[in-house]
Amino acid sequence: MSQYKARKFNVVGQRLQRPDGIDKVTGRARYGADMDAAGMLHAKVLRSPHAHARIISIDTSAAAALPGVMAVITRADFPLASGEYIDLLDHCMAGDRALYDGHAVAAVAATSKRLAKQALKLIKVDYELLPHVTDIEAAIAPGAPVIHAGVVGRGVPKGYSDNVTRFRSFGHGDIEAGFQQADVVVERTYRTEATHQGYIEPHACVATMGMDGRGDLWVCTQGHFAIRNMCAAILGMESASLRVTASEIGGGFGGKTTVCIEPLALALAKKSGRAVKLVMTRDEVLRATGPTVSTLMHVKLGMNQAGRITAAYAQLFYQSGAYRGYAADFGAMPAFAPYALENVHTEGFDVMTNRPKSAAYRAPGAPPACYAAESAIDEAAHQLGLDPLAVRLLNAAREGSKSSYGPTYAAHGLVECLQAAQQHPHWRAPLGENMGRGIAAGFWFNFGGDTCVSAFLNPDGSISVSEGNPDIGGSRASISMMVAEEMGIPYEQVRTTVADTGSMGQNEPTHGSRVTFAVGLAAIKSARAIIAEIRHRLAQLWEVDIDSVVWQQGCASCTDPNSEHKAPMDLRQVAAIASNTGGPIGGHHEVNAEGAGVSFGVHIADTEVDPQTGHISIKRYTVIQDAGKAIQPDYVEGQLQGGAVQGIGWALNEEYIYGEDGRLQNSGFLDYRIPVASDLPMIDTVIVEVPNPGHPYGVRGVGETPIVPPLAAVANAVTAATGVRQVHLPMSPPRVLAGLQAK
Amino acid sequence: MQHTHISTTINGQPVEYACANDASLLEVLRDQLGMTGTKEGCGSGDCGACSISLDNRLVCACLVLGVEAQGRHVETIEGMADKNNLHILQTKFLEHAALQCGICTPGILVAARALLAKHPDPTETQVRYWLAGNLCRCTGYDKIIRAVLAAAQAMREEPA
Amino acid sequence: MASIQIFTSLQYLFNNQTEIELDVANLQQLLTRLPQAYPQCAQEVANGISVAIDGRIVNDAWFTPIEPNSEVVILPRISGG
Repeated sequence: MSQYKARKFNVVGQRLQRPDGIDKVTGRARYGADMDAAGMLHAKVLRSPHAHARIISIDTSAAAALPGVMAVITRADFPLASGEYIDLLDHCMAGDRALYDGHAVAAVAATSKRLAKQALKLIKVDYELLPHVTDIEAAIAPGAPVIHAGVVGRGVPKGYSDNVTRFRSFGHGDIEAGFQQADVVVERTYRTEATHQGYIEPHACVATMGMDGRGDLWVCTQGHFAIRNMCAAILGMESASLRVTASEIGGGFGGKTTVCIEPLALALAKKSGRAVKLVMTRDEVLRATGPTVSTLMHVKLGMNQAGRITAAYAQLFYQSGAYRGYAADFGAMPAFAPYALENVHTEGFDVMTNRPKSAAYRAPGAPPACYAAESAIDEAAHQLGLDPLAVRLLNAAREGSKSSYGPTYAAHGLVECLQAAQQHPHWRAPLGENMGRGIAAGFWFNFGGDTCVSAFLNPDGSISVSEGNPDIGGSRASISMMVAEEMGIPYEQVRTTVADTGSMGQNEPTHGSRVTFAVGLAAIKSARAIIAEIRHRLAQLWEVDIDSVVWQQGCASCTDPNSEHKAPMDLRQVAAIASNTGGPIGGHHEVNAEGAGVSFGVHIADTEVDPQTGHISIKRYTVIQDAGKAIQPDYVEGQLQGGAVQGIGWALNEEYIYGEDGRLQNSGFLDYRIPVASDLPMIDTVIVEVPNPGHPYGVRGVGETPIVPPLAAVANAVTAATGVRQVHLPMSPPRVLAGLQAK
Repeated sequence: MQHTHISTTINGQPVEYACANDASLLEVLRDQLGMTGTKEGCGSGDCGACSISLDNRLVCACLVLGVEAQGRHVETIEGMADKNNLHILQTKFLEHAALQCGICTPGILVAARALLAKHPDPTETQVRYWLAGNLCRCTGYDKIIRAVLAAAQAMREEPA
Repeated sequence: MASIQIFTSLQYLFNNQTEIELDVANLQQLLTRLPQAYPQCAQEVANGISVAIDGRIVNDAWFTPIEPNSEVVILPRISGG
């Protein structure tokens, strides 16, 4: 069911400027915290200082009595008792137990931020401390404090605590037989620490709720439809009664696909009868939103003299916070996905701890798995004296290869990416003292999902496009470009807007690398619907068969040889007679966009290690990735560069540090250090284009894959520089130095 | 909390406000004056999203009190373009696609302007260290550095 | 008859078979007949699965055709960040 058709592009592929650009360089763009409402109250949230505690009682009477306080809420204000959304609600507002440091227990709305803060101090919470566990190894051990009793999934092997909630395994062949065929077998345990998506904009929203039970919510989110659905379910409203408008969004990376403060703001608005603004502090963002999994991973890999991987095994434990996780699947499937293997077996385990509910972060689950798998391949190649890039090329999955997780691959660009790496000057550049080079390949599925687009021909001939996905990196430009391409008109004639939930049908959030693929597909089909309608109308006007009306280069013309000459009509002329020919002209497309194409990337990293301090600097970095078709190459490069640098942060600096008391010790950007400009070189990019058969222009998603290889590429580079296999991320100076000293 | 009456100059225009003595200049700008172009990412001076200039010195507005603006000159992102003419830095940021989500962009532009005022011909390393206090999570900084270097060159060739 | 591959840790719900055969012509029929033929898997199917049909991952589109020689692989539900 290929939709792809090769064609020459006029607009697509150009480096055109985004429609929201001027607003964003002048400070005019409105983000979550930039909105006010008349008579608005300010809300603050009281959070548990304990990692695990029973909430005996909450006394809000003194807070409620403070003049200026208009509403105080606790879990008692949310009647939802069970069902699909119960975990989400419990994460937003604790029930009978606080499950992690930072877990919300009450919230206040007052006439000023100052009063709201003052009111928090008047709330008395009586806690009974319970044993806690934040470390993954401790959490899986029998006898560990259990976070939620009775949620262990079926099929989980015996021998672990009840915090292991899910077990998944994948693969084919006979790994034991494969290890027998190997000339070298490498086996190690790897660890990665939890990181945060680290968006610079804290979560923020403004909620209003009328006495008729209808509400409005302004919020920074990756998916206002998802927020609408979750909040409506939690608050017992109908979706149509809650209109959610997405603000400009200051970064998300997966962390803004779910609710954290929004149900609280709506409940406070309902209780107070006033508009309520709720903005998180950075401390709250780090303690109560987002973080990724931490992992414990065992990998065993066999390779023969020729460099062929004869068997690969990975056992991956994912710490996912205080609620059921899902990373086990997304780690165990992609771990060896770049390779065509005869014998492969992967196992993923989801593990609960007293940490905040983990959220998606660009290809959730894949980067740690890739780090462990690609480290093992690197080590085996090194032991056999083989070129690590040649080994990857030899084993690379191609079109028609059976993937390590089951399905057979359609066309994709992994081999082209590896070949581009081989030909890149970076791969052959000389290295200095204390330097090392690493390479890694990575994979992500990509995703499509429910999508709605409406396009309208305006009376002056311009085109307005409405879509329902917050624009996180220039997607409004890309969507306008695809519509302009399809209609044969200049980019400037099209303007794309992100519509609110009252104006469009259901849309999946901006996640899964789906927007350029899925929204683009729906936008192209909307443009085609407009063209079809124009042809239909002009066939009537010209009294010819519809097949005689063709649309080319932004004009309709008549090809019927028996008809007298009809002057071609452009959009302006068609629009001018729209009222005469049936009314306004529009096209829309609603689809569950299945057919997302997988995406592979290959990264090369050069690192330099300071033998005195263990500090690592990135000296050169190259990202090569298959984009299918790059609609706006600047924005594709931006995704590759940004994803790579987030991966570099995960590899080198970023780490959630918990104390013995179960409290997060580094809940600020000073101590939770994300990469800064002076840490980095330029990030070179090479865009490979092997069209996705499932998209009219061949587009694959590009947003997530670039965070998959960097952990491994950097670790392999540091290993090459130091001679010490790097088995624990981040490779902070103390860890690297300890490794050097133990050598 | 006591309030103080302040007379100051913001983006070249006289401005008066009364602010709580413990209110940060960032709170005053955003919450009292409605100048939301200056962003808050951390409130502790770690992210640079609220970069402004105070008497030509680059500062984080979250670390300055509203009362400290008395009699001084404040420059924010809202004053960067000359009416409808973008500053060269703004133009180069658009040309180089030096923003994705855009939340750090106002702070980085203000910081880059302060850099170019001091060092009209910076090296890449100088730009990287100058902007090391401005966190960007989307871009990996590559296109930002290129845009600043391109703006520096354009400004040297055609002084504003 | 379409041949349907089951990922390893779900095989125990299918009498430990790696592959099963079902007479289905589209995804809806597959999702309906799987729990009929193997009642133990009903909970997993209800919780949500993805199905790769000829290498293309499909989450929900019921009317996606399955040809007699199609490659069908049951997978955990795929989404993203």
